Amino acid sequence: MSTAGFNSQNGTGPGQAYSNGPSQNPVAIQQLPGVSYGMTHQPPYNPMQAKAPVAPGPGLYHSGYPPVSSYQPGPQLASYSTPPGQPLLTRPQIAGPPLHTPPQSASPSPGPRMPLAQATPPPPAVSSSSYYSNLQQPQPNAQPWQYNPVPAPMGTPPPPNSMSSPPRGPVANHLNPPSSSTAPPPPPSSSTAYSLPQQAYGSHSVTQPPGPGIPPTSLHGYNQPGVAPPPMNPAVSLSYSMVRPTYGPPPTGPPLSGPPPTMKPTPATGPPLANVIPPPLKADGTIAGNGPQSSNSYNHVDNKMGGLPPPGPPGRHLSHYPSLPPGYQNTAAPHKPTAPVHPAMQAAPQPYSQANQPYQQPHSGPGQAQLSPSLAALSLQSSSPEALRVVNLLQDRNLLPPTSVPAPTPCLPHDLQKVNCSPEVFRCTLTSIPQTQSLLNKAKMPLGLLLHPFKDLSQLPVVTSSTIVRCRSCRTYINPFVSFLDQRKWTCNLCYRVNDVPEEFMYNPVSRSYGEPHKRPEVQNATIEFIASSEYMLRPPQPAVYLFILDVSHNAVETGYLNVFCQSLLDNINALPGDSRTKIGFITFDSTIHFYNLQEGLSQPQMLIVSDIEDIFLPTPDSLLVNLNECKELVQDLLKSLPTLFEKTMETQSALGSALQAAFKLLSPTGGRMSVFQTQLPNLGVGALQSREDPNQRASAKDIQHLSPATDFYKKLALDCSGQHIAVDLFLLSSRYCDLASLGCISRYSAGSVHYYPSYHQQHNPAQVERFQKDLKRYLTRKIGFEAVMRIRCTKGLSIHTFHGNFFVRSTDLLSLPNVNPDAGFAVQMSIEENLNDMQVVSFQAALLYTSSKGERRIRVHTLCLPVVNSLSDIFAGADMQAMTGLLACMAVDRSVSASLSDARDALTNAAIDSLSSYRHSVLTIQQPGLLSPACLRLFPLYVLALLKQKAFRTGTSTRLDERVFAMCQLKYQPLAYAMLMIHPALYRIDDLTDEGALNINDRTIPQPRVLQLSAENLSTEAAFLMDAGTVMYLRVGKNCNPIFLNQVLGVPSYAAVPDNLYLLPELDTAESQRTRAFIGWLKDQRPFFPTLHVIRDESQLKPSFMQNLIEDRTESALSYYEFLLHLQQQISK
Amino acid sequence: MAFTFAAFCYMLALLLTAALIFFAIWHIIAFDELKTDYKNPIDQCNTLNPLVLPEYLIHFFFCVMFFCAAEWLTLVLNLPLLAYHVWRYMSRPVMSCPGLYDPTTIMNADILAYCQKEGWCKLAFYLLSFFYYLYGMIYVLVSS
Repeated sequence: MSTAGFNSQNGTGPGQAYSNGPSQNPVAIQQLPGVSYGMTHQPPYNPMQAKAPVAPGPGLYHSGYPPVSSYQPGPQLASYSTPPGQPLLTRPQIAGPPLHTPPQSASPSPGPRMPLAQATPPPPAVSSSSYYSNLQQPQPNAQPWQYNPVPAPMGTPPPPNSMSSPPRGPVANHLNPPSSSTAPPPPPSSSTAYSLPQQAYGSHSVTQPPGPGIPPTSLHGYNQPGVAPPPMNPAVSLSYSMVRPTYGPPPTGPPLSGPPPTMKPTPATGPPLANVIPPPLKADGTIAGNGPQSSNSYNHVDNKMGGLPPPGPPGRHLSHYPSLPPGYQNTAAPHKPTAPVHPAMQAAPQPYSQANQPYQQPHSGPGQAQLSPSLAALSLQSSSPEALRVVNLLQDRNLLPPTSVPAPTPCLPHDLQKVNCSPEVFRCTLTSIPQTQSLLNKAKMPLGLLLHPFKDLSQLPVVTSSTIVRCRSCRTYINPFVSFLDQRKWTCNLCYRVNDVPEEFMYNPVSRSYGEPHKRPEVQNATIEFIASSEYMLRPPQPAVYLFILDVSHNAVETGYLNVFCQSLLDNINALPGDSRTKIGFITFDSTIHFYNLQEGLSQPQMLIVSDIEDIFLPTPDSLLVNLNECKELVQDLLKSLPTLFEKTMETQSALGSALQAAFKLLSPTGGRMSVFQTQLPNLGVGALQSREDPNQRASAKDIQHLSPATDFYKKLALDCSGQHIAVDLFLLSSRYCDLASLGCISRYSAGSVHYYPSYHQQHNPAQVERFQKDLKRYLTRKIGFEAVMRIRCTKGLSIHTFHGNFFVRSTDLLSLPNVNPDAGFAVQMSIEENLNDMQVVSFQAALLYTSSKGERRIRVHTLCLPVVNSLSDIFAGADMQAMTGLLACMAVDRSVSASLSDARDALTNAAIDSLSSYRHSVLTIQQPGLLSPACLRLFPLYVLALLKQKAFRTGTSTRLDERVFAMCQLKYQPLAYAMLMIHPALYRIDDLTDEGALNINDRTIPQPRVLQLSAENLSTEAAFLMDAGTVMYLRVGKNCNPIFLNQVLGVPSYAAVPDNLYLLPELDTAESQRTRAFIGWLKDQRPFFPTLHVIRDESQLKPSFMQNLIEDRTESALSYYEFLLHLQQQISK
Repeated sequence: MAFTFAAFCYMLALLLTAALIFFAIWHIIAFDELKTDYKNPIDQCNTLNPLVLPEYLIHFFFCVMFFCAAEWLTLVLNLPLLAYHVWRYMSRPVMSCPGLYDPTTIMNADILAYCQKEGWCKLAFYLLSFFYYLYGMIYVLVSS
């Protein structure tokens, strides 16, 4: 149907379609090796690229790239301008003209809308004032936590605002109720043009009158009939009421089914598009436009619409698009609880849809347009009440869900949500984005993203094509949330520019069909990987290069780590990611630097010692880094002899700085990865450090000093490394103070990772040895991306405020990542610079360009789409407490370094106070006693308290400076899922595991015990408990523990016989043992790095660390959870 | 009408302030470039950092001159900026080279905004003081 139509239109004929194919014009690799830096980009280089997220690796530093200059040669432009009709369409969109509402709505809506901009207080300049008023920040620049520049005028959103939302209605578009027989009377102007098309597919058109009635419901999802309105704040309710009248009576249709309303809108939207576009022929195609729709259309085509399209008289165009909505209608029961839709989204579309549509669609953006109002409304009812259910924290104690806390689902229409990015990869603290900065300030919650961009994924669509379709102005990659205006045009969902669909994109390699750009994998998957062409390279992809820098001083030899390291590397040397070009090298150091000549042809490795550490040089630059495949035997020889080589050394000094400089020189021609193993404070040569820790201050309740680096040597070196695509991973194995705060900079700014093994010793600490071994295995064999850059784009109006993680910020939205690894997480604070009044949804796109270990240049793109809302209650309903906690932790780390730890602690407490008081004062209409929280935030105070008791931020408990700093690094660098375990460990009772409710994975039965609250009151001496704290697990055996458990799981006859240093469960052939091991094994499999397991008894040394993790309990230096809640309540009621 | 030391101070300050105005403009442009992605933060910090101390020293220098010339009012007007400079330099991040700007933090939106604001404020201050020195010079020349 549609395809045929398209083909004919295009006239290109099938042949062309295929031409798209991969073969087309493979861009020859233009880059010459030498060309690395400057603006090497070749002619084909897209302009966007310059700005593009993915700056070619080497290019990192070249000075500004004028984005425009490289702009692609004419074709695009030409094509763009050519279609006569289209320009018209597009323009309006961009301009974002105010919507014209149909008469009824018109009076209210237009007013509100326009005024909106004015009415709402201008977004407060991101003033330094942190919203934590309590904090005293003398320094103007000091306040990083801008997210709520509170002081800003908080006026309740004027009713107009709320009204305004409805107008956006364009959203409604895509839905076409199949049932609808008559086309809605289109507004004269717009209708004329598209009236034809509509009728053509008349089947789609909605029977209902233009939705005037409907909108009201949608406005605030809650209001809808049947749903108990959640407590709303007065302001909101007012606005609501106002709105209603305007809209008029509730739609008759709704009761019957949600879909009908939706249907109306769709036709409208469809038509408008059609109108614009060339009348007869093209008309159809246009509609398809909306990105989301595309998917929709797909669905419905499959599902029910199959029939519809044909009716679309002119089979060619619209038919399929409209069909999409129908699919919804049927499947998506309006009442479906799962798909929460935002009220805002739903709002208004219908009434306005007709008149507005021509304009609206364009600028509302595809994504928005697509949302079906009716659906939204329906789903909303069910979803929001639960999230907003009022919980009195002081009374309800059992708030932990039985298993892990799920990420909230954004209130998007089902079709959009279906293709949305997985929360494991891309998460936002507020799944409903506030419309304005002032609204955000009022909500007093942080707005930000948490990313895990290079996560190991089991399913990742990879696209190879000669043309990667991107927006011409903002360089966004095409994604499921763009909208297709017709077959040949798509509207960017970030900047709303209308782009051409390149010829190649018309061919769908998956279905081998032509003319369905919206079914391409790029438009069906929010996470996708492209194989990049040479346009994305500034130099030929680098080989995998690994350089190991080993501390061989007396102290290091004493710990015995060399044996473990060499053995691990020997075992995994064939599993190192790489290809035939892989290079490897070794440097060891104590007070001198030792290089190893591994050149092919030598009979054994040759050690070259450079003792001039002040002015380091490479003795033989060519043979220190060798091809792994060609010299594997030499490398193996070296690894076997290394541990014995330094056995007798008496050298105690460590010239780490010089070794790093040498390594930098060695790697700078290629880039690559340095792995540094360090066991003591570097005390010689450049970069020497002094001990700054005063052991007597470890438990100090006062401010902790020395959280910031003592020297900028490591930072500067890291920046140099970053410029040469070198990442430095630091393994710190030491029982003494190593000044991680200074050393860590080397990894932090070169996008490396830090691993810390306190008290590592081969004999005294077998648990650490095991952990080191397992971690090394993972480290050596995990995926790696070289010379990477990541750009995060977001819809116009939003901007990035601060990044958190390990990287160098190359420009406002570009991160330079010399290496990227699958265990790295990032966080981004966002701010709202312009009001998002005209938008139903916003999108975020993270694009990671890297060179794989096989030498391929690849781009991994994640796109997240979220609804925009304009009422506080909706914002609260969409809050993601875990993501907020993760982001707050990052912000608090920054704060403790830039200001002080106590400042950061205050800020954390204030974050909890502010969000809850904002909820209480602005959302709740009925003031009840107690500490009230919406259900979606019910754990937030607990998490905040957990943060305060976390190693990174706790005071009053003895904490080594290095461990504290390491905890801070981890909070910033770990993906949210792992960080959450560090913050709030999971406690399980495991002596009575049953198969009830167990998971079945690969034929293994994995019991699922309930997560218990972290309080001693849950512990009993008759049971055994497992505490999972991320990198460490404690199995606590009670004094009177069930003998069966002791016997069958631990393999000991009695409690007294439990050994002190048990860190492995014996493999017993009993059901209990199998269950327990299956469960623990399952937990371990969920994280990349190996957690050590400690079996502890009451008298164990580790018991205090176990007890410290019981964060709901009171300690001598910190409040209990209940006391903390009382404190919050007191502050809130002030 | 006589050419006094005070008059000389004012004339010198006039010239130096003109130089400072250029510094401020340069500063503003540099941060604008940063914000619009045209420059690499490392390069930008490398060009900006060497200019920080000269600017502060120039300002300090003519403050001393005014002190010697006993132009108390002028001195008082300049003291706040002098104090700010001292404070600003004392609270700079850990760096091994002179300067204020750290390429790893400069892209933080707060710091970027702060530096831009600082640039504009200084420009305004130098412009005003330029005219004030002009007036002061003439006044001294005429009155003495």
